[in-house]
Amino acid sequence: MENTAAMPAPHGHGEPAHAAHPPTATGLSTWKLGFWIFMGSETLFFGTLISTYMVYKHESVTGPFPTDLLDIPLTSVSTFVLLMSSLAMVIALDGFQRNDRRMGLGGLMGVIILGAGFLGFQAYEFTHFYHEGLTLQTNLFGSSFFVLTGFHGAHVTIGVIWLLILWIESFRGRFAVTNEHALKVEIAGLYWHFVDIVWIAIFTLIYLIE
Amino acid sequence: MAEHHEAHEAGHMTWRGYVLIGIILTVITGVEVAIFYIPALAAVLVPTLLVLSATKFILVVLFYMHLKADSPIFSRVFFGPMVLAVFVVVGLVILFKVLPEYGG
Repeated sequence: MENTAAMPAPHGHGEPAHAAHPPTATGLSTWKLGFWIFMGSETLFFGTLISTYMVYKHESVTGPFPTDLLDIPLTSVSTFVLLMSSLAMVIALDGFQRNDRRMGLGGLMGVIILGAGFLGFQAYEFTHFYHEGLTLQTNLFGSSFFVLTGFHGAHVTIGVIWLLILWIESFRGRFAVTNEHALKVEIAGLYWHFVDIVWIAIFTLIYLIE
Repeated sequence: MAEHHEAHEAGHMTWRGYVLIGIILTVITGVEVAIFYIPALAAVLVPTLLVLSATKFILVVLFYMHLKADSPIFSRVFFGPMVLAVFVVVGLVILFKVLPEYGG
């Protein structure tokens, strides 16, 4: 079946909108290269937060302690939700790069919904911990846990807002599925996958390894 | 139909490949959680979890972030700082947990 949702592109109907690579010294998109460098710096940012948590998590003098509160089944579900959002993201990008606007929009909406769902799980977890007596000021576990997972949640929130803006722009047809638009979705996708791999590390190091 | 589309760039996967990676990621996560609850595996829990987590990480980076097919420059600018970040984590944990007389 032909792709009926394909949008006309400047280079011809149905022709894939590959990411734009303007002429540069490296032959690569400077936006994309810059974003990979940014993500490299972000690994150091999260590396310091993760190491701070690991150093301090068993140093609390008063409770609650990690084993009292961390809910593995709940976090496993939220981890699954975030992994599936990465799958939706890569399918969305695939759709936009093939000029399949419907697949792109559907995938993006899937990422937005799943990302919002992950934030819902995190809001529930934070609220539950608060009611159990754990705050930023309670002990070293509370301080390092909320700072680490809070910064990750902030990254997810930024990602959801970013993707929502991209979805609205795509839905309104403000952008045809051009090289430039496909590159925008690709960079947003890189950010989203980065947020996912940070959570892969957090889930193992903070939740599963005691 | 979408499954008839070919990979749009050399090295990029079709959506079926992406779904397969998603299934593998889900299975690995399930295995991680399962072994967490098996007391007999407590002795090998940490190394097993680290290997499984690293596998998930590599699958996402190579296939979903397309580093496998993209320019090696992207790999260098990403993995360089990441290796440094791993050294930071390992170094601080050793300093404060294994050698507390130096770190604490």
